[in-house]
Amino acid sequence: MIAFFIRRVTQAIFVMLVISIIGFAIKQSVGDPVREITGISVSAEEREILRDKLGLNDPFMIQWVRFVKDALHGDLGNSFYFKKPATKVIMSKAPATLELVFATSLLVILFSVPLGIYAAVKPNDWLSRFFMGASIIGVSIPVFLTAILLIYIFSVSLGWLPSFGRGELVEILPGWKSGFFTADGLKHLILPSIALTSIMLPLFIRLIRAEMKESLETEYVKFARAKGLKPARVLFVHAFKNTLLPVITVGGVQLGTLIAFTILTETVFQWQGMGSMFIESVERADTSLMVAYLVFVGLIFVVVNTVVDLIYGLVNPMVRVAGRK
Amino acid sequence: MKKLITLCLASMLLFGGTIVGAKTLKLAMDADPVSLDPHVQLSGGMLQYSHMVFDPLVRWTKDMKIVPRLATKWERLDPLTLRMYLRHDVKFHSGNPFTAKDVAWTLARLKKSQDFKGLFEPFADAVVVDDYTVDIKTKEPYGLTLNMCTYIFPMDSVFYSGKDAKGNPKDAIIKTDYSFANENESGTGKYQVVEREQGQRWVLKQFPQYWDKNTGNVDEIILTPISENATRIAALLSGDVDFIMPVPPQDYDRIENNKDLQLITMPGSRIITFQMNGKRKPELANVKVRQAIVYAVNNVGIVKKIMKNRATAAGLNSPKGYDGYDPKLTPRYDLAKAKQLMKEAGYEKGFTVSMVAPNNRYVNDEKIAQAVASMLSKINIKVELKTMPKAQYWDEFDAQVADIQMIGWHSDTEDSANFYEYLYMCPNKETGKGQYNSGNYCNKKVDELTLATQSETDLAKRSEMLKEVENILYNEAAFVPLHWQMLSWAGNKKLLNADEIINVMNFPYFGDLNMK
Repeated sequence: MIAFFIRRVTQAIFVMLVISIIGFAIKQSVGDPVREITGISVSAEEREILRDKLGLNDPFMIQWVRFVKDALHGDLGNSFYFKKPATKVIMSKAPATLELVFATSLLVILFSVPLGIYAAVKPNDWLSRFFMGASIIGVSIPVFLTAILLIYIFSVSLGWLPSFGRGELVEILPGWKSGFFTADGLKHLILPSIALTSIMLPLFIRLIRAEMKESLETEYVKFARAKGLKPARVLFVHAFKNTLLPVITVGGVQLGTLIAFTILTETVFQWQGMGSMFIESVERADTSLMVAYLVFVGLIFVVVNTVVDLIYGLVNPMVRVAGRK
Repeated sequence: MKKLITLCLASMLLFGGTIVGAKTLKLAMDADPVSLDPHVQLSGGMLQYSHMVFDPLVRWTKDMKIVPRLATKWERLDPLTLRMYLRHDVKFHSGNPFTAKDVAWTLARLKKSQDFKGLFEPFADAVVVDDYTVDIKTKEPYGLTLNMCTYIFPMDSVFYSGKDAKGNPKDAIIKTDYSFANENESGTGKYQVVEREQGQRWVLKQFPQYWDKNTGNVDEIILTPISENATRIAALLSGDVDFIMPVPPQDYDRIENNKDLQLITMPGSRIITFQMNGKRKPELANVKVRQAIVYAVNNVGIVKKIMKNRATAAGLNSPKGYDGYDPKLTPRYDLAKAKQLMKEAGYEKGFTVSMVAPNNRYVNDEKIAQAVASMLSKINIKVELKTMPKAQYWDEFDAQVADIQMIGWHSDTEDSANFYEYLYMCPNKETGKGQYNSGNYCNKKVDELTLATQSETDLAKRSEMLKEVENILYNEAAFVPLHWQMLSWAGNKKLLNADEIINVMNFPYFGDLNMK
């Protein structure tokens, strides 16, 4: 187990180093941060002085080694635009993204389970066909288009919901400003989370439907029915329970995708989370914040995967043996 | 009636003692000011901020006149000295009184600021005469002293002196890290920043002791940056914000056709041009070829088709109202003449050039470049066009990666000479002149005249010199003039005098705004 543990952690560290190198390579081609933070009439020498001061003139490797050294002390550099440590900026933007992802997950769970089951039980029903058709459309329309359509229908034409931003926030923990506890904040949450849901929901409806169909065919479900159990009990307890495992696995993977999709949604709704922060940092050539974000997100993925693997290794010794060729 | 009074009282209690009839302006811009320190960056956004939170000594009106703000009057003592008489009883947001010392201190700090030091190079240290009189001095006679006073927004020298909690000087100008001035402000302006979430939300409230009593009635401004064009428009259409800037051209008609909204546009002073690099491509050193290119580019057509008439086709750099503006120098599109000139130059068969342009810096920049490329194909010049985002563009521009490069320029001094100094004087690394002259156009006469205008204080004579430069550039086809971009704002009808507070510099004087 110790050997397995060490091997996995070394792998994780290696992956992080690769991510940071890739991030740095992107950084070189995004543009020149000094141009973005100086007026156009500033002289070339002045810019050179500033570049030297920020260490942007150093060779790639030297810059990278310096970055890694600082990163080990938890310092991912300073955002040029926010004029603050990048980690601080990311932390202040994380709540917005997490709340959006959370609201979306809730909606997905709420809708996908009943719709998926219904479509599995009555596959030829017109309602099921409608759901399936709609879900294809939902998957194919790009999320920013959905978002703009939603804004134009519900904010501009009907005037029911706000068109941008997070509304009124309350500080629930130090640094965590939440929109969940005010009517205004919840109102602002509706459209962005619907837009994000439109991407995720169809996938889960289809997944649940397929899994459910499969388990409805199994022997034990038939047997349960034959025993004369109530249809509802057979459906939800016997059949649905067994469809959950693949659904949860996929759900975990999709969380990552969800974070990627928030970038577009956040940008359209001016939702100040990590996604729009990242896009803006690319546009502003705020390179240190950009690299910090990539490393930060990479770290989350790597840590989660490593921990999952280790737990798997504890639970299932076969995994450890397999890796030791 | 009783009910109404109770209601009023209740609402007053609810909103914590805001005055009845308090007016809040919800403002959305494409980006927010980058800092609270007015000297940290010279950009449109920072000047817009300066005009809300600080007052300049003098400021431009909508029709380009200079009027008093913190200076009540001024007189020229000698060619080097402009004496400014300052307003009494002005308070900074910190409560400190405003005196001549603050003006001298601010000018000294401007000369230290990376972004402003170039503009204030001609200036010597200001001399405090007494509490309300200050002498603005220049090293040489300088014609634009008063123009430059529009950039002096006095800062609270007492507030910004000393050390902050971390032991750093409070007046430090720091671009990429914490500084006292980046996070705190004390100006004399109508609005104080009471809440600020960088990139997200600003709340500015009226300063109770503001000196100017006859201004507008907006006592709170909530500023939200909305970078996405469609969202910014939607926010205005749905009534979530009252005023937006800028307005994407594709939405102009939509706003004009909406009876609850008003679109305000104004010919701007930013000229969009192409520079032709004769050093990199010898054919472009031939004046006939350059003239042919200018004659081949139908900039009036570009304004009509691509800019939907929301721009002014140009023949020269200086827009109307500038001292160098010469009405004779009109756009010249004449394809037959262009072909004739190519023939005379011996390039009837044409040649190939490379061209670069940004794709997110100027309005429709990429489309304009494509149009120009296809216009040049008519005189057998084959264009290889490459466009890129602005974050990458300027380094490529400086490296002169292409024969023909796009550049837009707005004069920081609101004066014609600024165009020549940066775009057409012979490039000189030592003096920094011709910093953006990627055409490597070089003409001794242009240099001489431009330098002479700096120290010329007789404005009529100076204007003649500026016009002469424009004529030389026009006749020698030193550049391809396209158009002056329009400035655009839109608001709802609650704003009563929105069209009066805007100006060609694009810093609306929100302090003067009246709302229903």
